Amino acid sequence: MIQVRELSKFYGKKAVVEKVSVNIQRGKITSFIGPNGAGKSTLLSMVSRLLDADTGEVLVDKDDVRKMKSDDFSKRVSILKQSNFMNVRLTVRELVSFGRFPHSKGRLNAEDMRIIDQSIDYMELADIQHSFLDELSGGQRQRAFISMVIAQDTEYILLDEPLNNLDMKHSVQIMKILRRLVDELGKTVVIVLHDINFASVYSDRIVALKNGRVVKDGPTEDIINSDSLKEIYDMDIPIKQMSNCRICVYFNS
Amino acid sequence: MRDSVKLIILYAAAAVFCGLYLFHGLNGSFDYALPRRGVKVAAMAITGVAIAYATVVFQTITQNRILTPSIMGLDSLYLLLQTLIIFFLGSTHVTVVNKQVNFLLSVAVMIIFALLLYQFLFKKGQRPVYFLLLVGIIVGTFFGSISTFLQVLIDPNEFLRVQDRMFASFNNVNADLVWLSAGVVAICIIIGWRQLRYMDVISLGRDIAVNLGVPYDRLVKQTLVLSSVLIAVSTALVGPITFFGLIVANLSYQFFRSFKHSVLITGAVGMSLIMLIGGQWIVERVFTFSTTLSVIINFAGGVYFIYLLLKESRSA
Repeated sequence: MIQVRELSKFYGKKAVVEKVSVNIQRGKITSFIGPNGAGKSTLLSMVSRLLDADTGEVLVDKDDVRKMKSDDFSKRVSILKQSNFMNVRLTVRELVSFGRFPHSKGRLNAEDMRIIDQSIDYMELADIQHSFLDELSGGQRQRAFISMVIAQDTEYILLDEPLNNLDMKHSVQIMKILRRLVDELGKTVVIVLHDINFASVYSDRIVALKNGRVVKDGPTEDIINSDSLKEIYDMDIPIKQMSNCRICVYFNS
Repeated sequence: MRDSVKLIILYAAAAVFCGLYLFHGLNGSFDYALPRRGVKVAAMAITGVAIAYATVVFQTITQNRILTPSIMGLDSLYLLLQTLIIFFLGSTHVTVVNKQVNFLLSVAVMIIFALLLYQFLFKKGQRPVYFLLLVGIIVGTFFGSISTFLQVLIDPNEFLRVQDRMFASFNNVNADLVWLSAGVVAICIIIGWRQLRYMDVISLGRDIAVNLGVPYDRLVKQTLVLSSVLIAVSTALVGPITFFGLIVANLSYQFFRSFKHSVLITGAVGMSLIMLIGGQWIVERVFTFSTTLSVIINFAGGVYFIYLLLKESRSA
């Protein structure tokens, strides 16, 4: 379990995240939702040590994150930000191999190779594993980055808006893979999402933030209802039940 | 495998130029000319290794392929220091005439400047590396302007001494300093070489590097200091060669197309050796000293720099 306690981040005097306390349960998909500027990405960055928190603490399975060594931490928690510009030209396989860095420090052994092959197969990248990243479409590239995180083989996987700039087909593909990671490999996934319908359909728990504070935290079915969404987004959003999915119809509200 | 073949070819070419430079036209003067040529070759090798290594790792941590450590104001600080000494103390003062004193003074001033700059910037908390570059460029321009101002006031004969220092030259390097520099450069490279695997990861960007357990902030600081020391030593030894690092680093990126720093740096060092030793041989035997190597390098480098800028702006 990841325990976030009283975590705050200030830019100047403005609190971007203010005294946030959240528990992230093992073996579940937890989605962070909320309006722009709610502090979702900042919170995720602080949990994953990309950003130093001003106050508060983060515990991963009861160990204080700040007291952990860099490479120990990176064997237990991985983070993927929106895939951004890179200066180097890498093939898919080379990128995935970097996922083994915390374990092998660049000297890949047979075990590492096996895990790299598995991760590539898992993301169905075998056909394009020798293509360069800059020759791929956005969806393929995103899959390559997720494959790297799978090769890193951590208990906790944090993803910051992995569906950004992806079309419907690829978004669904990625979300299904994350679901499989949790159901088949027993990983714990934390994900920042913009589209509440993806959060509604795929996640087990939802944490809603607004103005740097947690306004809702609970199982998905407790959050996806018109009253809670009104509180989070200040919008009247009707909910429609379609087969097993609860869909928020926010387009004309 | 193909990278290793390329490296072998590169170093074979470097060895050929080295042999040519040492033995071509020696006319049996083993006692007089050979040791003197040997010192020059050693000086060129030290400069080549220092600049190639410093530039490649500097470009990795700053995530760019155009700016070099010289841009951080070290070159212009060196010129300012030389100008100040000659302006205030005159060209016959011990700090000008005695090469050892001048060398130690220059290295000390450049390293202290770099440390102060980093100290000041890192004390203020998390700053992006771009902020550091910006400050470096502004400080560099400032130093350059002061130097130019003093140079116009100076006596024309004294100015000739300053002008001597404005361009790198391998023709009058001091043998004692060569060994001292070799020691310093060797220590820096030994410290740095163990971190090259981390450099491979850092080239993927800060977010990914931190995710993969690289102690990013500590390594970036260490590397900045290391590359400043290397540039300071090579500048004090032969003088500033502004565009040299840019050429060898980018040629190595193009030639090897690898992300492995062990390959990129070894390649860049090979390129430096060929360009410096081969270039110096051409300057001495073909142009018969009618120009200096650093003029040619800065000319070729400047053209290459403009080409890189145009290429980058087209791809963006």
